Parts: sequence; structure tokens; C-alpha cells
Amino acid sequence: MDNLEKKRLIDKHSPKTKLFKNSALAFLFGGLICALGEGVFLVLTGIGAEEKTAGVLVTLIFIFAASALTGFGIFDRIAKHAGAGTLVPVTGFSNAVTSQAMDSSSEGVILGVGAKIFTVAGPVILFGISSGVLYGLIYFFAGLIF
Amino acid sequence: MNEILLKLLLAAICGGVLCVIAQLLIDLTKLTPARILVLYVSLGVLIYAVGLYEPLYDIFGVGMSLPLIGFGANIGRGVKEAVDSTGALGILTGGIGASAGGITLALVLGLLASLIFKPRSKRM
Repeated sequence: MDNLEKKRLIDKHSPKTKLFKNSALAFLFGGLICALGEGVFLVLTGIGAEEKTAGVLVTLIFIFAASALTGFGIFDRIAKHAGAGTLVPVTGFSNAVTSQAMDSSSEGVILGVGAKIFTVAGPVILFGISSGVLYGLIYFFAGLIF
Repeated sequence: MNEILLKLLLAAICGGVLCVIAQLLIDLTKLTPARILVLYVSLGVLIYAVGLYEPLYDIFGVGMSLPLIGFGANIGRGVKEAVDSTGALGILTGGIGASAGGITLALVLGLLASLIFKPRSKRM
């Protein structure tokens, strides 16, 4: 097997190993974050918080943690390996908001931070809210008919 | 003790699987991370609307609520409860109302961080 053939073989197989590695890391980090969140939830309900309140608090705690870690530059170092593992939990949303705000501070507070902070948050909020309105319309009118 | 371990494990499996699906979508399709987030939020509303979210949440707990699907489901729940209590107006008020805490905290912290921390690109 000459070098060219070897290289071709590596090229052919490396996307797959990368795919597997990325997925494994995403599973690991995503799973870890959610297990950690469940742990916090169990502690909160254990000390008497209502389940609904505890659920909201867990989300808020992770938003806070992700924002702080982003500020100190630690989040990116984790996300580089975790990929979707840190993106999909609410940590990814919080990180996107904070990093966009930080990166645009040189463009001014109003039109820099104020506008760019919504670069990722905007689409998420817009389509989340719009989906909600669509569901609300269907739910309301279905309730009138049936 | 075993029950606690089981809950942690179920949360980890659910969260992990949701992340793997997103990772595969990023690696195999042209979906960008921002599109994944939008997809998951909308999917969350849909899953809530068809009545699948609550039973899944009962099994997987934070594994369902912490991924952005939970964010979307929260919007769905807010709309439903607002329509139930205030009628048609709830279609407009329920969504933001239910997700106000998370959105507000993320935005305010983002603003604070932009004032406190130096931009990363400049630090390097």
C-alpha cells in the first residue's frame, strides 16, 4: 500500500470516525448537563420547592451558569469538544446571547449590544412565540367548535 | 437511593439522545446551530400541543425540560393555560408570559457581561 492509497483510505474513513466522536461527545456532555440539572431539581424539591418552581429554577440556574462561564471564556473551551451537547440544553441559548453581546460591545451599547444580542435569541424567541400563537389559534378555535 | 440514580440516568439518556440528534443534523445536513435551536423550540411547542410533552416529562424530567424543547413546551403550556383562563387574548399573552423568566435572565446577563467582560476577539 503506497502513501497515496493510505491517505485515500484515511480520508475515506475519517469523516465517519469524526461523526462518531462528535456524537459520542454530544451524548456525554448533553447527558451530563441534564443529569446535573436533574440532580439540582431533586435537591430543590428535597428542600421543599414545588415541582413547577424547581423546574423553572433549574433552567434559570443553567442560564446563569452558562452566561458566567461564557464571560470568563470557559464555555467556549467546553463547547469546542461538546458540540451539540452544550448547544441543545438551555446553556446554548444563554451562551449565544452572552457571547453575541460581548462580541458586539465595541460597536456601541445601543445598536451594537442592543441589536446584536438578538442575533441568535431573536430567531429562537420569534419562532418559539409564533409556534405558540399558531398552537393558541388552533387550541382556541378547536375549543369553540367542540 | 436507586430511585434517584434512575432519575439521573433517565435525564442523562434523554438529554444525551436529544443532543446526538442535533449533532448528527449539524454534521450530516447544512443545518447551522442557530437553526437547530429554532427547530428544537418549535418542536417543543408541537410536542406539547399534541400532548406528548407531559408524559415524556414525567419519565425523563429535566432531560426533557432543560433542552430547548422544554423552552418550547413551556411556551405551549403558557398559551394553553392563558387561553383556558382569559380566552382569545391568551393566544397572544401566554407564550411570552411563560418564557419571560428565561428570556429576561439571559438578556440581562448578556447585557451585564458585555459591560463587565472585554470582547474575546480583542483579548487575544
